[in-house]
Amino acid sequence: MTHLRRYIPVIAVALGVIILQVVLSGTRSTYYMTQLTMSAYYALVVIGLCLLMGYAGQISLGHAGFFAIGGYTTAVLTTFNLMAYRDTPLVSLCRSLGVVVQRQDIYGADILAFSPWPAFIVAILLTVIIAFMIGLPVIRLKGHYMAMASLGFGLIIYRIVLGGRIFGQADGISNIPPFKIIDGLEVNGRAAFRVESYYIAWFVVLAAMTLAINLVHSRVGRALRSIHENEEAAHSLGVNTYRYKLFVFVLSALFAAVGGVLLTHYNGSIGPSEVTVTKSVRYLVIVAVGGMANLWGALFMGIILNFLSLRGVFGSYDDAVFAIILIAIMLFAPEGLLRLPRLRAKSPLPSGGTNG
Amino acid sequence: MNLPQVVQYCFAGVTVGSIYAIVAIGFNIIYNTTGIINFAQGEFLIVGAMLAISFNHFVPLPVAIFLAVVITTIIGGLVEIVFIRQVRNASVLRLVVITIGISILMREAMLHIWDEKVRSLPYFTGTGVSTVTILGAHISPQVLWVLGVSAVIVMGLTPFFRFTLTGRAMRACADDRMAARLCGINDRWMVTLSFMLSAGIGALAGCVISPVTQTQYDMGASLAIKGFTVAILGGLGNSMAAVAAGLMLGLVEAFVMSQFDVAYKEAVSIVILLLILVFRPSGLFGKREIAAMRAL
Repeated sequence: MTHLRRYIPVIAVALGVIILQVVLSGTRSTYYMTQLTMSAYYALVVIGLCLLMGYAGQISLGHAGFFAIGGYTTAVLTTFNLMAYRDTPLVSLCRSLGVVVQRQDIYGADILAFSPWPAFIVAILLTVIIAFMIGLPVIRLKGHYMAMASLGFGLIIYRIVLGGRIFGQADGISNIPPFKIIDGLEVNGRAAFRVESYYIAWFVVLAAMTLAINLVHSRVGRALRSIHENEEAAHSLGVNTYRYKLFVFVLSALFAAVGGVLLTHYNGSIGPSEVTVTKSVRYLVIVAVGGMANLWGALFMGIILNFLSLRGVFGSYDDAVFAIILIAIMLFAPEGLLRLPRLRAKSPLPSGGTNG
Repeated sequence: MNLPQVVQYCFAGVTVGSIYAIVAIGFNIIYNTTGIINFAQGEFLIVGAMLAISFNHFVPLPVAIFLAVVITTIIGGLVEIVFIRQVRNASVLRLVVITIGISILMREAMLHIWDEKVRSLPYFTGTGVSTVTILGAHISPQVLWVLGVSAVIVMGLTPFFRFTLTGRAMRACADDRMAARLCGINDRWMVTLSFMLSAGIGALAGCVISPVTQTQYDMGASLAIKGFTVAILGGLGNSMAAVAAGLMLGLVEAFVMSQFDVAYKEAVSIVILLLILVFRPSGLFGKREIAAMRAL
């Protein structure tokens, strides 16, 4: 029975999400839901990064890159017009399978492009492959070597997005169609779909949380914690530290990509501002504020900080605020804001479970 | 490609390469005394150049550059005293994350002070169109300035570290901080000094390169990653090798740029960085065992 207790917060948050929706709808302020939905997708990136940084002890300054791989892949596939190739056998085959669909853009022109589901699957596969290829060498690096390498990865993606004509260069890609998951349920940024999209986003986030919690309490999670405590000791006991770290690296990239795909469909657009170094650092800030190895802390801080940022509370000092928070947390409370003082006495490194 | 073209590309490569070398030396100075990589190193160059550009409205160019270097040096010292000194017994990772925060903070401060316009200092001698002809290639005199100043910085640092008491004390701290402290060296002041020195030479390099590459508030990150690539190529902590590595990276970049799109210039150095990190983390000239010890 005891292991079921770790799901109590999931149910509590689910109830909170429902209550919030009722309150917002009741007070006719449903427009807050737009930012809450967007924050939820950003929080997905944060949950993945929390697994990587807090539990596997690997820093990443390139997670915006994985978010962008997801977002841009789906954006390109669902907007690139295949009209010129409509009679080629491959496109005809894809059409008959329903993978490629015809629709009209806002100007009434016909567009023949991939539908969101296959685009989503391609985006996920592509992310997994790239994350695996990048992780293979990078995960062996330590400390600032890993930081610089992941920063470099993020910068490459940024340059590709900014330089590639297919990615819309500085303008990004817009007019991305909504993502119809099943009939009558779609990720759509229009006001009529606000409540629906809100619930989809939170369902995805809570599913990711459940997955992450299970992972942390599984054999993998225990192995990761042993790596964090003492890598040499773990290694000598037969824990394949490299494989576990690589697994978490790919998984966290996957979370970021899912967030990227869904948010891109929700916003209907994506631009290079999603891929900047400051964006990657922002995710890192949130994980740090949440307390590194604290999934719920990361989730709550992710929602709160992104919500405030999206509401424009920080004005033009947006990135500066995140930088100040980062420095302050690292100077004064390296275990995060949410850790209670009695738990802080134990060790200077983030360790221990999620329910602290 | 004919000879003048080759010479042209060589000069272009050596020019940016020497700036990368200066950034790498900045990394090395701080790494040697503290064991951390200062992610804000690239920002020091931009701050220096921006300050000089602003001062140049009121005072002559040499004075403006002098003031910019002095102020950036002070900023470097303040960064150490206000942020780095506060965390004792911290893990390297925590300190690195703090310098990441500082770099973003500096970038945002620059955005608010100088907006996002691209600026540049005037050419030190002549104008943008005046050239010097060497082996049939037309070289801007500013290129010679960059090479000259870089050479002076490198030449100046060597006797500083070798013969002056302060320089020797800094090296002692790098070797063994505890032993240095037992010898009566004020190790904290040495760490502050290393930040000031990196900031100062960074600012000077930022000023001389400004007429050639121009200056924008967000150029620090890519400068930092190239400087880091060079520092790793040469072997972290080894400043003389960093010069060779810097020139090498500059030349590779210049010739790649002559063949491919400019947009992928940055990708080249990052790919080199990743390859080096994976296959020879000790650098091209270093010994493997040393790197294995330092990697932790």
